[in-house]
Amino acid sequence: MYNVSQEQLETIDVVLKDDLLSIGVHCAIIIDVAGNTIAQLDNGRCSFDVVSFAALAAGNFAAVDAMAKLVGEQQFSLHFHRGENESIHFSKVNEDILLICIFGQDVSLGFLRLKTTEVIDKIRLIWGR
Amino acid sequence: MGFINVKKKEVQIKIVYYGPGRGGKTTNLDYINKKYKQRIKTEMVSIKTHGDRTLFFDFLPVDIGKIHGFDIKIQLYTVPGQVKYNATRKLVLKGVDGIVFVADLQRERRDSNLKSLEQMKENLLTHNKDVFKIPLVLQYNKIDLKNQGIPLLTVEEMEQDLNQELKVPYFVGSALSGDNVVETLKKIISMTLISFRKELQ
Repeated sequence: MYNVSQEQLETIDVVLKDDLLSIGVHCAIIIDVAGNTIAQLDNGRCSFDVVSFAALAAGNFAAVDAMAKLVGEQQFSLHFHRGENESIHFSKVNEDILLICIFGQDVSLGFLRLKTTEVIDKIRLIWGR
Repeated sequence: MGFINVKKKEVQIKIVYYGPGRGGKTTNLDYINKKYKQRIKTEMVSIKTHGDRTLFFDFLPVDIGKIHGFDIKIQLYTVPGQVKYNATRKLVLKGVDGIVFVADLQRERRDSNLKSLEQMKENLLTHNKDVFKIPLVLQYNKIDLKNQGIPLLTVEEMEQDLNQELKVPYFVGSALSGDNVVETLKKIISMTLISFRKELQ
């Protein structure tokens, strides 16, 4: 069991908002590998079931991680699923937490990858406090 | 791994139903889903094979209300029971806070119960968890088959096989008719919350 301080959560929210929602990401979620939702921010137009999404995302990430080990990789540190209207980008922040971004066609994958790298560095710092 | 969100004032807890294939893990969740329909805001998520067997997990989030001002959100998972899916069983156990082991009372399933429990202990060890320390409840399921003349193990035999060393609470139940399903759930929730409180102190 663990907890994160209110200040840490608020700082994470600010980072997600300023660095991801500001570039057009529809929804940014931080989950832990057990499937708990730590932080979630969206543009107000996302109406899907975040709790189930987090459980599935953690399962998905864990499954791909196990596949990586089977082929002799330490990990596949990012996954990306492309949809017609919405795409999903998963990245590992550290051993315990993952960052998930849901975005549309107006955000380029390259730019998003750049931004998520920055965000991950910031979140690692916040998490380490 | 339980997560306390101080900002939203909520506690998230992961409880996994573990046990041999066709033992009644998904049926437990189905019953809870029907019984507490009004408290469960979302659909139960099931990743199944074409033959309706659990492939990865079932997932059911249940809100049980507030304790000391914190919203308690319970996330129920099942593992796939079939022997070949051990890799996925291990994944579902990641971050588990409490376990219900659903054992099958049918005499012919005696071996499967034993093997599944043994494997659960090993799988927990890979996550650095000790079966003697994690909150655990046993459910001896399918007592309803008694009326159909199917040979069942006695409670004493089940206890001897599975609970001799563990000495954890057990319930004789029927996931199909709902006997002791809610009691099992209540017990594991209260044990998990007590273990949380101990960790916090």
